Amino acid sequence: MGEVSRFWRESAHRYRLVAHKCGNCERTFFPPRDVCPICHRESVGKMKEVDLSGKGVIESFTVIHEVPSPFVRQRPYILAIIKLDEGPSLTAQIVDADPGEVEMGKRVSAVFRKIAQQGSAGIIQYGYKFVLA
Amino acid sequence: MSDVYIVGAGETKFGELWERSLRELAVEAGLRAIENAGVYSRDVQVLYGSNSLAGIINGQENIGALLSDFSGIAENNIPAIRIEASTASGGAAVRQAYLAVKSGEYDLVMVGGVEKMTDVFGTELIDLTSSVLDREWEAFFGATPAALAAISARKYMSDFNVEKDALAMMSVNDHLNASKNPDAQYKNKLTLEQALNSVSVAEPLNMMDCSPVSDGAAAVLVASENYVKKHKLDGVKILSSADAQDYLALHSRKSLYTLESAKVASRKALERAKIKIDDVSFAEIHDSYSIYGLMELEDLGFAQKGMAKELVYEDIKLNGRIPINPSGGLKAKGNPLGATGVGQFVEAYRQLKEKAGERQVKDPRYAMLHNMGGTGSMSVVHIVGGE
Repeated sequence: MGEVSRFWRESAHRYRLVAHKCGNCERTFFPPRDVCPICHRESVGKMKEVDLSGKGVIESFTVIHEVPSPFVRQRPYILAIIKLDEGPSLTAQIVDADPGEVEMGKRVSAVFRKIAQQGSAGIIQYGYKFVLA
Repeated sequence: MSDVYIVGAGETKFGELWERSLRELAVEAGLRAIENAGVYSRDVQVLYGSNSLAGIINGQENIGALLSDFSGIAENNIPAIRIEASTASGGAAVRQAYLAVKSGEYDLVMVGGVEKMTDVFGTELIDLTSSVLDREWEAFFGATPAALAAISARKYMSDFNVEKDALAMMSVNDHLNASKNPDAQYKNKLTLEQALNSVSVAEPLNMMDCSPVSDGAAAVLVASENYVKKHKLDGVKILSSADAQDYLALHSRKSLYTLESAKVASRKALERAKIKIDDVSFAEIHDSYSIYGLMELEDLGFAQKGMAKELVYEDIKLNGRIPINPSGGLKAKGNPLGATGVGQFVEAYRQLKEKAGERQVKDPRYAMLHNMGGTGSMSVVHIVGGE
């Protein structure tokens, strides 16, 4: 699925959790976006890159048993929506934890991990996962 | 502006149809609609083909041309365009037909929805169907449609104190209705116990909370008031049509269990039809996952937020206060993505003409049809019937 450039393009945001902050309303957005959905044209050219702390709270989660092909070797895995302290929410795996330890409302922090591999000789993709804090 | 009518409807059986191709299915449904309406295919002025994933599942794009060619109307140079709005493609395509007739541009429009999913299977198909999500910021990290529905379900069940039984009842109802639908993928009745004990897909959702992999096609003919009068056709009116969008990714939405797109589109559709939610006789809703059935009952306006659990045991039955998915719904009639939303119109047409056989809803007047894209990024709602 996809060429190297597709993964390389987003690597800064995925490796270092870089968000965009609207210079008009000061809201923070992750994943980054070039137009603030609140301020629209008033935000154009005013979206600034900001680093996120990587700390947040589990809003909800699931343990996935029926997995897509790039994730077969990780089955089953925990996937969560995490609300970051700076405001935005994101979708990521929770690792180094038993499903029994994971609960909504628990605090988590980001770690840098391998996400998936495209086939047996394909490129290896990296990005963020989360561990219980 | 002209009133808009459905004057014919047809569909293939939904299911794992290994021996049938994408084009065969589409042509079969189209011919059934033509025959049902009693019109000629050369009289069709434009064809809208709805399809979600043929590009990556079947390696076939240019679906408009394919359907036009093999339904025989390319010979007559009748224009054909594919409408793609993920799993809401069918509803979106009927809406395009509605607008095209309403504007006065066309008098007879064919909408044909088709999906051929079983050309790919297993984990590969899960990866492909995950392309209706945000590939870079959801699917990249291992999200699937089922996983995100499960994330909504866990939060919903916790915040509103809802047990798994309530979710499973959506599937039980779908299977019971599908057992009376010859076109349905599954004819078996499902017990609550069977639903609760099926294999886990993404906790807390089981196999029996999830719509299946389906092949199938559905078609309707949409016509103007003039056309209906001139040819003395017996149509069912499309009273109103509305659509609405929400953020693509679930994590960007205001709530994990509120479908803003369904709320906005249903309010607009009711307002445009000049009816109230209590006037609706039955509804076909987009329950690709059982949890969405409950969320939709609330966001479409049939129940307050968190209270759909009070409807799922009795009210939604075929003879209940508000019959839901008389066709068998996405869980049991089947969910051939691009055909699903068009199939809802086939059911509404049959019900409103009181030709739905064993699963006939009693004295139906208005149907609400809700077709949804992705995890709720788009909803298309139509009100059909009246008069």
